[in-house]
Amino acid sequence: MTVSFLILAALTIAGTAAAMSLRNLIHCVLTLTLGFVGLAMLYLQLGAQFVGFTQILVYVGAVAILAVFAIMMTQSVGPHVQPALSSFWVPGSVVASAVFAVLAWAICSGATSVRTPPQHDVSVNQIGDALMHKFALPLEIMGLLLTAALIGAVILAMPEKKGEQ
Amino acid sequence: MNPLTGYLLLSALLFSIGLAGALTRRNAILVLIGIELMLNAANLNFIAFWRYGPNPAALTGVMFTIFSISVAAAEAAVGLGIILAVYRHAKTTDLDQMNSMKG
Repeated sequence: MTVSFLILAALTIAGTAAAMSLRNLIHCVLTLTLGFVGLAMLYLQLGAQFVGFTQILVYVGAVAILAVFAIMMTQSVGPHVQPALSSFWVPGSVVASAVFAVLAWAICSGATSVRTPPQHDVSVNQIGDALMHKFALPLEIMGLLLTAALIGAVILAMPEKKGEQ
Repeated sequence: MNPLTGYLLLSALLFSIGLAGALTRRNAILVLIGIELMLNAANLNFIAFWRYGPNPAALTGVMFTIFSISVAAAEAAVGLGIILAVYRHAKTTDLDQMNSMKG
């Protein structure tokens, strides 16, 4: 429990909580980016450099930009007359608080004695080696999934032809 | 409190924030972002358990997180494509107004 962990945790929680509670959607995505950067810093602190930089590349670089484009294409920005929360918000927040209470209780009553192993540096070389040997089949399946998702997203977002339901 | 507990509590809080967003927000794009936050909370758990686990040389947690990030990116692309397709039909991303499945 170091000071840097507390600062990064506060940054992450503040960013994500603001992203889920602000009214302007562009502000939501900007604060969400802050939360993702905080998470990437936490990964770096845990010694997973590659995952941290992947997080920045994929989430801050791609997912946030994708969300901004989706918000602009659906014209969700502007003065809102309708409330930001759905009609379902009371049971929704009760369920979320209950989930957090159960998880926190389980964590606090669970693992009490964990030794702290020395920092194990992982080089990109080792990760590439593992991806090419031990995890070769998952890597191929992931390539197939990404191709299918790419084609599927393009087909979904294509304008429909007339006379076609 | 040992370091692992701190990371697990942070991850649980992140998951609950994402769940609350996914359940209570009115805009479909923010619901998708809430789901992304829950995936990120799971990734943080993987990395924390890998770091404080008994065998960090096996790289299992790192690999699982990399694959999970890839799946989440594909999910975000397809999800936003679906939202755009629905918006073209219903002219709204308000989930309270999307109450019919045909038309």
